[in-house]
Amino acid sequence: MEIRINPTRMELNRLKGRLKMALRGHKLLKDKRDELMRKFLELIRENKSLRSKVEAELSRSFANFLLASAIMSPEAMEEAIMFPKARAEIDVDEANVMSVRVPRFRILEKEGQRSDVYPYGFANTSGELDTSISALSETLPHLIRLAELEKAVYLLADEIDKTRRRVNALEHVMIPQLQETIKYISMKLDEGERSALTRLMKIKDIVRGEESA
Amino acid sequence: MSMYKVAVVGDKDSISGFKALGVSTYPVTGGEEIPHILNKIVREKFAVICITENIAQQVMPQIAELNKKQLPAIVLIPNNQGALGLGMQQIKKNAEKAIGTDILFGKEGS
Repeated sequence: MEIRINPTRMELNRLKGRLKMALRGHKLLKDKRDELMRKFLELIRENKSLRSKVEAELSRSFANFLLASAIMSPEAMEEAIMFPKARAEIDVDEANVMSVRVPRFRILEKEGQRSDVYPYGFANTSGELDTSISALSETLPHLIRLAELEKAVYLLADEIDKTRRRVNALEHVMIPQLQETIKYISMKLDEGERSALTRLMKIKDIVRGEESA
Repeated sequence: MSMYKVAVVGDKDSISGFKALGVSTYPVTGGEEIPHILNKIVREKFAVICITENIAQQVMPQIAELNKKQLPAIVLIPNNQGALGLGMQQIKKNAEKAIGTDILFGKEGS
């Protein structure tokens, strides 16, 4: 169906240019896909191991927290964690992974935050709460990193999917179509040339015949 | 350089520990309030939103929509009854989408 083009030399040149461009684009996109894939594999491996780590850590501190809330009265519990000392804030940056923009998170640490995460005095609280809170505060950076990774993995997966589609479209549709059309036109042109040649020869024969007669 | 906050959404028992760290917590019990709360959070300046899996389960389409944007990043976390495996499933789905087959989980037999 693509052969609905005037078989002219100009058209042929145009198509040849397009084919060249398509081949170049195909190669570039393929390289892009390969590199994206490499990055992606790196990230997703890290993502997986980090997730299992974070999930385990969270489960542990949740268990501790449950224990603490069982020991302490709900009111005391509420009071203890009512006014947090620290404020979890994140500085968001942007990284460029093969022209995919992925966010980068960095936790802003205030002074004195590390040493003392407990927003309460120790008189009315249980030790389980301390364990739970300190475990949780250690998990938080991992959690943020996990968020960053999962976002990057998602965005990369999207981009890889898109790139792969384009590579395939070029490889299996565009390029074969162009090649076919080019072949068609050059054959048509050759055919025209041959018919012109035979016509000339024929005319020459006729003219010679008349001369000799 | 701009400041963003962290939010945690989930059942109260699971997430109140986060409050002590200065993370904004949004206790929900389930049902219809979840999409509203999530909408509210998205409008504010949050970079990371942690959602417990049991809650996330009920708003999967909305989360899928948010995942396409650059911010906020949504992380599924287990609640105090343990993980449902949704977070891992998400990783697996991403791998399948990018590579075409699952290479991470298959070979380890997990």
